[in-house]
Amino acid sequence: MTFASIIIQLLNGLAAAASLFLVSAGLSLIFGVTRIVNFAHGSLYMLGLYGAYSLIQALGRTPMGFWSAVVLAALAVGLVGVLIEVLVLRRIYRAPELFQLLATFAVVLVIKDIALFVWGAEDLVGPRAPGLSMAVEILGKRIPAYDLLLIAIGPVVLGVMWLLLTRTRWGALVRAATQDREMVGALGVDQARLFTSVFFVGSVLAGLGGALQIPREPANLELDLAIIADAFVITVVGGLGSIGGAFLAAIIIGVAKAFCIGIGTVTWFGFEISFSKLTLVVEFLIMAVVLVARPYGLLGKPQAVQRIAADLAPPLTAPSWKIALVWVVLLLGVPLVADRYITIMLTDIVCFALFAVSLHFIMGPAGMVSFGHAAYFGLGAYAAGLLFKRAGLPMEAALLLAPLCAGAFAVVYGWFCVRLSGVYLAMLTLAFAQISWSIVFQWDSVTGGSNGVFGIWPSAWLAGKTTYYYLALACCGTGIALLWRVLFSPFGAALRAGRDSPLRAEAIGIDLRGFQWAAFVLVGALAGLAGSVYAFSKGSISPSTISIGQSTDGLIMVLLGGVETLTGPVVGAAVYTWVRDAVARHTEFWRAVMGGIILLIVLLFPQGLVGGLKALFLRWKEQRA
Amino acid sequence: MSDAVLQVEGLHKAFGGVQAVADVSFAITAGEMLALIGPNGAGKSTCFNMLNGQLVPDAGIVRLAGRDIVGLRPRAVWQLGVGRTFQITATFVSLSVRENVQMALYSHAGRLRSLLHRFGAAFRAEADALLAQVGMLDQAERTCGVLAYGDLKRVELAMALANEPRLLLMDEPTAGMAPRERVALMELTAGLARRRNIAVLFTEHDMDVVFSQADRIIVLDRGELIAGGTPAEVRANPKVRAVYLGSTH
Repeated sequence: MTFASIIIQLLNGLAAAASLFLVSAGLSLIFGVTRIVNFAHGSLYMLGLYGAYSLIQALGRTPMGFWSAVVLAALAVGLVGVLIEVLVLRRIYRAPELFQLLATFAVVLVIKDIALFVWGAEDLVGPRAPGLSMAVEILGKRIPAYDLLLIAIGPVVLGVMWLLLTRTRWGALVRAATQDREMVGALGVDQARLFTSVFFVGSVLAGLGGALQIPREPANLELDLAIIADAFVITVVGGLGSIGGAFLAAIIIGVAKAFCIGIGTVTWFGFEISFSKLTLVVEFLIMAVVLVARPYGLLGKPQAVQRIAADLAPPLTAPSWKIALVWVVLLLGVPLVADRYITIMLTDIVCFALFAVSLHFIMGPAGMVSFGHAAYFGLGAYAAGLLFKRAGLPMEAALLLAPLCAGAFAVVYGWFCVRLSGVYLAMLTLAFAQISWSIVFQWDSVTGGSNGVFGIWPSAWLAGKTTYYYLALACCGTGIALLWRVLFSPFGAALRAGRDSPLRAEAIGIDLRGFQWAAFVLVGALAGLAGSVYAFSKGSISPSTISIGQSTDGLIMVLLGGVETLTGPVVGAAVYTWVRDAVARHTEFWRAVMGGIILLIVLLFPQGLVGGLKALFLRWKEQRA
Repeated sequence: MSDAVLQVEGLHKAFGGVQAVADVSFAITAGEMLALIGPNGAGKSTCFNMLNGQLVPDAGIVRLAGRDIVGLRPRAVWQLGVGRTFQITATFVSLSVRENVQMALYSHAGRLRSLLHRFGAAFRAEADALLAQVGMLDQAERTCGVLAYGDLKRVELAMALANEPRLLLMDEPTAGMAPRERVALMELTAGLARRRNIAVLFTEHDMDVVFSQADRIIVLDRGELIAGGTPAEVRANPKVRAVYLGSTH
């Protein structure tokens, strides 16, 4: 690499960092004050791009029109943020944190379909910035003038934010709430107004980040989850709640990505290393290294102790044997009366039930929330497919070996993850899932890249849909029973104890990290089993089995059913899979319908479906007594 | 002092530029109730956290029954026979009172690694015996999350006794309790200590409790030990009076 090309890559990186910083600063601000991990933040960014596209068309491709459109789009997105806060989140600030997460997933679904409805499914390529479409020559290379402007915008916004936070009363309140939300409430500050204003500012930043990208990247419907992953990484690397940290991290990651593209393929000691393929992974590698070395990010501080011990977990009650037996008999009997369609759907539900139960095990009783549980489901599916197609193993062997492969990945990923806790842990699990996804997505020669692997069919004796349903029921049912059994074993009790009080667990000699690591491996292997069974039921696999979408589906299932009950995740998996299928057959906009249903449930049953029904039943019993 | 259960020599700890604990030395023998007192910020909790491995001292030796335990993790210190209660109670709120104590007993016996047995089947009688000693047997079935604060302190004590400790470390054992409960809890502790020959080191703000229950008192101020002796000696010590009353009369 010449000096000139190093400088060029550096400038490319800094230009890319600008939008990343704006989005991440907004996310960090909102998280700092409200403690909500806002998955819909990426959707706001996406709306910024679409909004700018339409407004430029309306206002004309003049410098005046362009810049008015950018500013108006950002402000409009800010109002959308306010709407989300007032209509949804404000009603559930007292609900468990995970439930707020579920609500933001629902908002993601709704916004995606609104964008689909308004702007259509095609990518929309925006105009170049009028008056800035020329290139500037630097060291003999041409750099778009617009990129240089973006490089300047980052520090300007950082400066404005710094002034807002340190020189205004609002900024003092934001900083105080970031440090100790309850104390600010106790001092008589109107929290509702503070939260709304923070949502407005944070959303404007997301919208601005999106709007400014319109000359550089087409508006499309996949941007929401793509950018939220980037924004999570940056806020976590920089330190949650730290705007300066977000700036630093955005630059590090923007530049690292630019260099990976710039370096291309290099041969070192006879090995060919493709740096451009590292582009999708590099930020997650940086994040993993930073989190292990500095668990609170580069400029972050340990989270303030929350005085309200947020969600005291209720005791866990074992499912009754009799009821379980009734269900098993029912499920065994279904194919006798049901048609092929229902049998296939039930096979899906059974796979997702094990997936959801394994996720519930780790996030509920073991207290480690995972945003990347699809990693193990997807790796199990791919292991099954590759062992069968590429290694030529018999289907039965591939089916049963795949969970071990997923478990092996969980050994590695888990080792890092159990060193962290809370949101940082959740983000690291997401990072590992994205690393797995990138490898599968890019390793064409082995994994088939974005097309996936085809022709993964079960052996002849298992090929019938009904037979395969029984196989799935046997595999996944055993997995669920095993996980439930383990929860009530000394091992499972120790996990619950560690979740309740890590301090006390350590003080009575429990090697909590070791237990949590083992739990990671156990649930990883069983999620892998779910993926393996799923792969052979579909006959093909694609990278979407490892995607963020698959991970959030799992979270929705668990939270929908209720994280505090054992059967909740199973009910959640069944309801979500069934309703999604039923709605998708009637409308193209099934996401919006699902999102709407989830929002209704969130607002009506803050303990999840099973939890809510249980509470209703108890009330009814009390009234009768 | 060769029969000391715990012997501390020249303990130092600084945070940034602040010397939190400086050159602290003391010892405690089996069956003895030793109170560590001092004003807020004197370094009591720092001192405590260095004794059970939560903090690593900058310098100094901590010997448990003759063995140096500096650098060991809390769970290793526990395995050597040190029980601990916390200033703010730390119990397993989703488990029942009995299960909390059973958890400590399972851990002591090294039987937590089983995946398929049912937790709670073993050590029931042992847990109930410990609960009876702290007067919590009648609440054994209740979930810890719903207990009154004073009762949680008792559960903690029962858990701390589960590994047959030779040393109990109690950080502010009566904080947050009603005055009558305080004396009752410490009388209970003192009785247990004498009967089972356990050394007890406790910090405490309630001087009634300290002077009525401690066999010996040591006084910490700004990280340094300024006095030590029987309750009568400490009460008469002019330095202690200065620290607590702010004058030297």
